[in-house]
Amino acid sequence: MSQGLALFPPSASAAARDTDALYLALTGFSTLIAAVFIALIAIFCYRYRKNAKANRAHAPSSARGLEAAWTIAPLIVFLGLFAWSARQYALQFHAPRDATRVFIVAKQWMWTVEHPNGRREINELHIPIDTPVKLIMTSQDVIHSFFVPALRNKRDVVPGRYSTLWFRADRPGEYLLLCAEYCGTDHSEMKGRVVAMAPQDYARWMEGGASHPGLAERGFALFRRHGCMGCHAAASSVHAPELSGLLGRRVRLSDGSDVVADETYVRDSIMEPQKAIVAGYEAIMPSFKTQLNEEDISAIIEYIRSLDRDELAGERP
Amino acid sequence: MSAHSDAAAVNADRAAPARAASYLHDGYTLWSWLSSRDHKRIAILYAVSITAFFFIGATAAALMRLELFTPGADVVDADTYNRLFTAHGVIMVWMFLIPSIPSVFGNFALPLMIGARDLAFPRLNLLSWYLYAGGGLFTIAALLLGGVDTGWTFYTPYSSVFSNTHVILTLAGVLIVGFSSIATGVNFIVTVHTLRAPGMGWFKLPLFVWAIYATSVILVLATPVLAITLLLLAAERVFHVGLFNPALGGDPLLFQHLFWFYSHPAVYIMILPAMGVASEIIPCFARKRVFGYRFMAFAIIGIAVISFLVWGHHMFVSGQSAYASMVFSLLSFMVAVPSAIKVFNWTATLYKGSISFTAPMLYALGFVVLFLQGGLTGLFLASLSVDVHVTDTYFVVAHFHYIMVGGAVMAYLGAAHYWWPKITGRLYPESWARLAALIIFAGFNLTFFPQYLLGYEGMPRRYHTYPPDFQVLNVLSSAGAAILAVGYLLPLGYLLWSCLHGRPAPDNPWGASGLEWKTATPPPQHNFDRLPDGSDPPYDYPPLQE
Repeated sequence: MSQGLALFPPSASAAARDTDALYLALTGFSTLIAAVFIALIAIFCYRYRKNAKANRAHAPSSARGLEAAWTIAPLIVFLGLFAWSARQYALQFHAPRDATRVFIVAKQWMWTVEHPNGRREINELHIPIDTPVKLIMTSQDVIHSFFVPALRNKRDVVPGRYSTLWFRADRPGEYLLLCAEYCGTDHSEMKGRVVAMAPQDYARWMEGGASHPGLAERGFALFRRHGCMGCHAAASSVHAPELSGLLGRRVRLSDGSDVVADETYVRDSIMEPQKAIVAGYEAIMPSFKTQLNEEDISAIIEYIRSLDRDELAGERP
Repeated sequence: MSAHSDAAAVNADRAAPARAASYLHDGYTLWSWLSSRDHKRIAILYAVSITAFFFIGATAAALMRLELFTPGADVVDADTYNRLFTAHGVIMVWMFLIPSIPSVFGNFALPLMIGARDLAFPRLNLLSWYLYAGGGLFTIAALLLGGVDTGWTFYTPYSSVFSNTHVILTLAGVLIVGFSSIATGVNFIVTVHTLRAPGMGWFKLPLFVWAIYATSVILVLATPVLAITLLLLAAERVFHVGLFNPALGGDPLLFQHLFWFYSHPAVYIMILPAMGVASEIIPCFARKRVFGYRFMAFAIIGIAVISFLVWGHHMFVSGQSAYASMVFSLLSFMVAVPSAIKVFNWTATLYKGSISFTAPMLYALGFVVLFLQGGLTGLFLASLSVDVHVTDTYFVVAHFHYIMVGGAVMAYLGAAHYWWPKITGRLYPESWARLAALIIFAGFNLTFFPQYLLGYEGMPRRYHTYPPDFQVLNVLSSAGAAILAVGYLLPLGYLLWSCLHGRPAPDNPWGASGLEWKTATPPPQHNFDRLPDGSDPPYDYPPLQE
């Protein structure tokens, strides 16, 4: 019960403590303003109650200077709060390049997690501390929201696109994972835990699942099985875009616009290939919508990403 | 208008020697009410129907608070719980809050306050009520057939593909009620432009009229977007047109943008009239002109304009671009400025006043204090990084209940008590009314303040069950809800009692300054025996000495 009245959830990252600092500042400011105005209202109500003797002469019915002051003063405070919060928010969007990537697929009503080495878990996410971790998330059905109160962070997980969330936990422990976007019957049961571990414990834990093929290897198998290499291999006679180094690259489309090829772009290119055609190529790619599920696509994305890292030891298509 | 003036002339002839009969004596049959084009009778039709919806919505809330008393599932199952919070939201937003103050007190008092005989389009006004009642019937039908479980926000693709409850029926209800809003808004706008008493310039309008006018502009501009959005959603659900469902090539965030483009201004549809009510009651019982009248009027317009530019603050974690979020955050801070001005000016109105603590004044002061808290917690939500943590948690639930219940419902009750003598010709029992105001204020804070703490601790909204750590605060909140229920049932009892047994009210029981108090109580069917003079400044209370 002692935990029942805690005003803060546990905090598992420096970013969480930064959010707490802003929250405390907002609480302090609001309490001050509320106290001042409630006190003024109480004092006026007492002092100027009907039949009380009080000096009521020359009551102002407006005062330009005062009104200008109480327009400008809040404005300045608000701009300060905006700058403070926007800076923290911007940091949430800049994951370090070397972040450990974990793929998450949400579905009614569970979280499935797939690590780069192929280890999978359900409703649990094991992560190392003091390491940036980037979650690449999509949903198989409705909108969910990945929420870890201890990280003071959440992100909607939307079908048909990838959303990302990154953090750097700095305290080992088990933290509550919740779904924050209403998703149907068992919305409130769609919860799990995030297990933050010391790096060596994490490495040991990861090895426990090493019997699985890695995510990129599984992606390569899918890539071959579904005939992607027939067109995308360098030696292919079909004119299809080169995939190595694709992720993060700027791509010129046939309608003249430019996009950065991120996970959502790759996913769309597989599922809705007519949506964006790379400039200079024919719109000949078929959709793989009926043949691949979200986990398969995560694996293929990781395979494509691996092409620019180590080119998978001669397996280059 | 000509048919109406004939009727008024006949009425005046009949009652020439004594006072004209009041509008309450203009026919006693049910049909005389259901076919009335008199704005005052239509206001009462609205009052009766929205009160019924209020108690239906409140019952859903009571069941939810009962379920949340313990962490596990014990009163209702998950599907029922999801239907309860959806019914609560749909009914309270569209069937109660949006029509509440404008359709009841705007309808009743606005023509009287500007010295008009009726609204500009009396038949359209009656049609508005029928549209409202028709939409309400669809919603009730959906409820009786088993309800709907999408939440009042109807987020796609859950609502368009996955929910197998009565989504279409509910959408139809909300769509029809929307047309009622549009018709009412048009009526108020034209009335304020064309039917003001001679001498009544724009800056002689009571602030309540300013507020209803600004609300009407929002109703007319925003509601069509809601109608379009709901029709698109229906097209996807019924005809599988791929608009929002990504499996059909649609974009679920598009729905959110369209929905909040209406639903954020809708928050101001609820709160601007409440601000108008406070701006009538506080000067009346402080016996002073409202402080900074022009600033107050401009603040109303400022809020109405900026309200259209902040919808994206509902979507900071949705996947919207980070730069868009920053713009929406900044604009959300901007909308807080005119809101702050209003609180400052109400407070300053009390300075050197002669204050009496009648029930309407207690409600108005309660409104100011609760709105102040709701506004301040709005700053937390406008702050991007804090919003990321507390959005979709009980912090948000607490915040908007402080605005919509602490703000709008307190003001609604304040208005009900303030204009009650004028509407019914009877005085309500003052001590009971003061007691109810205090119970509601206490019960409200006990219900909703713990929810701020719950939200920061991390309890998401729309949760049927919750981790045991959250129980203490949930128990407090449920206890508060029980007190609040008593507070809301009290006025229902004593106000109904006063219709039959209350002491007859004089024409101007509060010594208030507006034109509505210069005609008989209750007013005659044609409102004024003589065309009133609108050239007095608003809130023309005599200067106080010593």
